[in-house]
Amino acid sequence: MSMDRRKFLKVAGLSTLIGLGGSSAFELLKPGKVDAEMEHEGHHGGHHGKAHKKEEDTGPKTRWAMLIDMKAITKEKAEKIVHTCHHAHNVPNWGDPKNEIKWIWEEEYEHVFPDSYNEYDEILEKLPFLLMCNHCDEPPCARVCPVEATFRRPDGIVAQDYHRCIGCRFCMAACPYGSRSFNWLDPRVKLKEEMAKGRKLNKRFPTRMRGVVEKCNFCVERLAEGKQPACVEACPDVMHFGNLADENSNVRKILRARISLRRKLELGTKPSVFYLV
Amino acid sequence: MYDSGKVIIGLLIFAGIFLFPFVYQHGAPAEKPKPSLDTPAIKALPVKKCVEDTHFMITTHMQFLNDWRDQALRDGNRWYVNKAGKKVWISLQNTCMKCHSNKKDFCDKCHNYAAVQPYCWDCHYDPNGSKL
Repeated sequence: MSMDRRKFLKVAGLSTLIGLGGSSAFELLKPGKVDAEMEHEGHHGGHHGKAHKKEEDTGPKTRWAMLIDMKAITKEKAEKIVHTCHHAHNVPNWGDPKNEIKWIWEEEYEHVFPDSYNEYDEILEKLPFLLMCNHCDEPPCARVCPVEATFRRPDGIVAQDYHRCIGCRFCMAACPYGSRSFNWLDPRVKLKEEMAKGRKLNKRFPTRMRGVVEKCNFCVERLAEGKQPACVEACPDVMHFGNLADENSNVRKILRARISLRRKLELGTKPSVFYLV
Repeated sequence: MYDSGKVIIGLLIFAGIFLFPFVYQHGAPAEKPKPSLDTPAIKALPVKKCVEDTHFMITTHMQFLNDWRDQALRDGNRWYVNKAGKKVWISLQNTCMKCHSNKKDFCDKCHNYAAVQPYCWDCHYDPNGSKL
């Protein structure tokens, strides 16, 4: 049997389509079908339109957030907050940027909000902004952690499990806020040195070991005991801690009344540390 | 055999050193460790009972502490209800070591005997001691 070129192409094209998945290939390429499929997937993934609405309906009962009042902060208060936090969590003070461990630290406006920096705003420019873990709704650190050492708790706190951390530092690369520090050296060596000079340990809290990543934990150990975070206790006029999921909470009331900024919102991490300006 | 005198003496010395521990102990096992319960907090207890019964604690405390760790840290549940129905705050440093305030004479006794180095103490420490 002879076959001309035209007939051959017809047969070849048809068999390719059938080979691609028979009727499903036709179904998939129907107009409107692809969009519907994607929306359906979004429902499971929790990132697209419909899924998000659903989460809000049921909603979490607790969503912890920190508000930092930049109208109330001063250099002394910022230092006191950093000191209190680091003493409450036995964070050593290495005093050199290569080894330093920081849970909360001071930074200039220019570096905190590089894209909205305004060189004519002389007041903001001079304020000590306090940086810490933003306890994101969509934490990139938790997504990249290969051992689930860092994970998001249902109340929104991004926790770090030092027992499980293998020190790969993926989370440090993923965090857009630089909130994570790695223990290059044994923290106890420095703590012992500082203790010899009169530093007191918080005996209710452990230290860390060499080779793990650490960061602010929103004082999860204090919240469990019904206390406020250490920084809030140090300066209750500057730091406000509360539940975003509750419409009548202290933080929601303040957020309604004041203008607030969050860092790097465009990345979609949904941070929960707010700067009241 | 060349230098047979030196070689034989050398072998004898080696065998002597090698066998010394067995001869010294007369084949008897080393003395069993006796972890001390002699702390003020335990003395003040009306009934000397740990979170669970003693046998359970001796045989299962490793898994038990692992479960506590995961409950407190990962599930955020800091209360443990024991078999008697009593609630206990989950914390190695703040609950266990409140009574067992003698890490050296309690924890370390058996751990040294069994030659295990649990990594608990890489981060946790005895809050009653002045040293890290």
